[in-house]
Amino acid sequence: MNQLPRIVLTGIGLTCPLGNDLPTYREALLAGKSGVSLFPVRNMGEQPAGVCDFDQKKYQKRKEIRVGTRAGSIAIFCANEAIAHANLDLEKVDPSRIGIYLGITEHGNVETETEVCQLFDHYDEDIKYWTHHHNPRTVANNPAGEITVNLGLTGPHYTIGAACAAGNAGIIQGVQQLRLGECDFALAGGVSESIRAYGIFAGFKSQGALASHEDPTRASRPFDKGRNGIVVSEGGCIYVLERLDDALQRDANIIAEVAGYRINSDGTDYVLPNPVRQEECMRQALSNANMQPEDIDLVSTHATSTPQGDEQECKAIRNLFGESIGTKVNNTKSFIGHSMGAAGAIELAGNIPSFEDGMVHATLNVDEIDPTCALPGLVTGQAIKKEGGVSVILNNSFGMLGINSVLILKKFKA
Amino acid sequence: MDKDKVKQIVLDIIAEIAPDEDLNDVKSDVRLRDQLDLDSMDFLDIVMELRKQHGIDVPEPEYRELESLDSCANYLLPKFEAGAAA
Repeated sequence: MNQLPRIVLTGIGLTCPLGNDLPTYREALLAGKSGVSLFPVRNMGEQPAGVCDFDQKKYQKRKEIRVGTRAGSIAIFCANEAIAHANLDLEKVDPSRIGIYLGITEHGNVETETEVCQLFDHYDEDIKYWTHHHNPRTVANNPAGEITVNLGLTGPHYTIGAACAAGNAGIIQGVQQLRLGECDFALAGGVSESIRAYGIFAGFKSQGALASHEDPTRASRPFDKGRNGIVVSEGGCIYVLERLDDALQRDANIIAEVAGYRINSDGTDYVLPNPVRQEECMRQALSNANMQPEDIDLVSTHATSTPQGDEQECKAIRNLFGESIGTKVNNTKSFIGHSMGAAGAIELAGNIPSFEDGMVHATLNVDEIDPTCALPGLVTGQAIKKEGGVSVILNNSFGMLGINSVLILKKFKA
Repeated sequence: MDKDKVKQIVLDIIAEIAPDEDLNDVKSDVRLRDQLDLDSMDFLDIVMELRKQHGIDVPEPEYRELESLDSCANYLLPKFEAGAAA
């Protein structure tokens, strides 16, 4: 690990239900403001959801928007914002040396569902009305590929299908490809358009895992006794990653350094999480970072507000961090819902400013803590100033089929 | 229905398909691809919209009949008239 090049973050581009740039998003997190609202879902009426409101035309022609996908638009917006934030002049960079690695939970459901519904509703199931755009819109590399078309990039691009562990997985892929020398800049993170497919909502509902609450802003409530499921959200977050030496050479603004990571598998169930493997994943990430639990200032939890999932993650965290009294724990889904393949990347971004301001945003909507989720370092109610500041963040992101991803980020010190 | 109306229908479809294009000065006798930023996928969109909005099928060997507004009018007018008579 020590011989491998150090990898740093030098740019962040995002869109989430609480804003389209990090300062706006961070301000809302510290203020305890929810980004969840009601959203019309086909066949299901209005549902609590996290909806993004960004200007698609900022970086795309209207024709590109018409031909492409929502996930593609989110990816293009985030990539352009990240490049601008990293102060990267594409005129001076070899476009074949930029790699794009985006985590996705799923892709293609939205386009397929919409096309099938139109065919049934309006065209008597006659397939001559099926769009020729279907395949380029639904291929799994679509969101990453749309970035290359938009920006004229010619390096590698693909998506990483990793269920809801995908946000971390995209970043990890970028780190690995930089270390292999496959690219000089990695645009890495995750995207999701999931709120546009009713099947995602219906699937969670059938599973007994879709959130409901008369007040949408209170529907996502991880660790609370009254939690009853997931709020589905859309969004994206893409980072510019570089090898440290390259970043220093171009005098880049270094936001943070990747300290370690791990992806593992439960190997036990399609849906039910396994706290033993989650704990193992966190331990292995700590080992990869050459750190101990006491070195972690903040654990950004994955918890999705399902009764069982939150309890299992808390069990894993308690086993690992139970003795680490200085480690704080928070949750961002309580503010923005579950942005699926983008979740890990967006939630990490929301916590990154803590390296500078030492603040830890709270977990929203914990009115009555579920005793099975009571963790000593859990921050609820209001944001706090952490004594000694925040130098290391451990970011959890877990997904179906038992995929776990953990990313550890540290404040950059030369 | 006359040829000018057919041309307007085609222009309206192009306005949906290529919303960034300026359609104020499209020449009828010049190939659409030579004066607008249209690719083969866009022409498939024109074919699809003729089918969806007007019930007109354009078989693949006859796609080239849609190359200019004049050729569109000549080719599509009988189809519109046949549709109106049906």
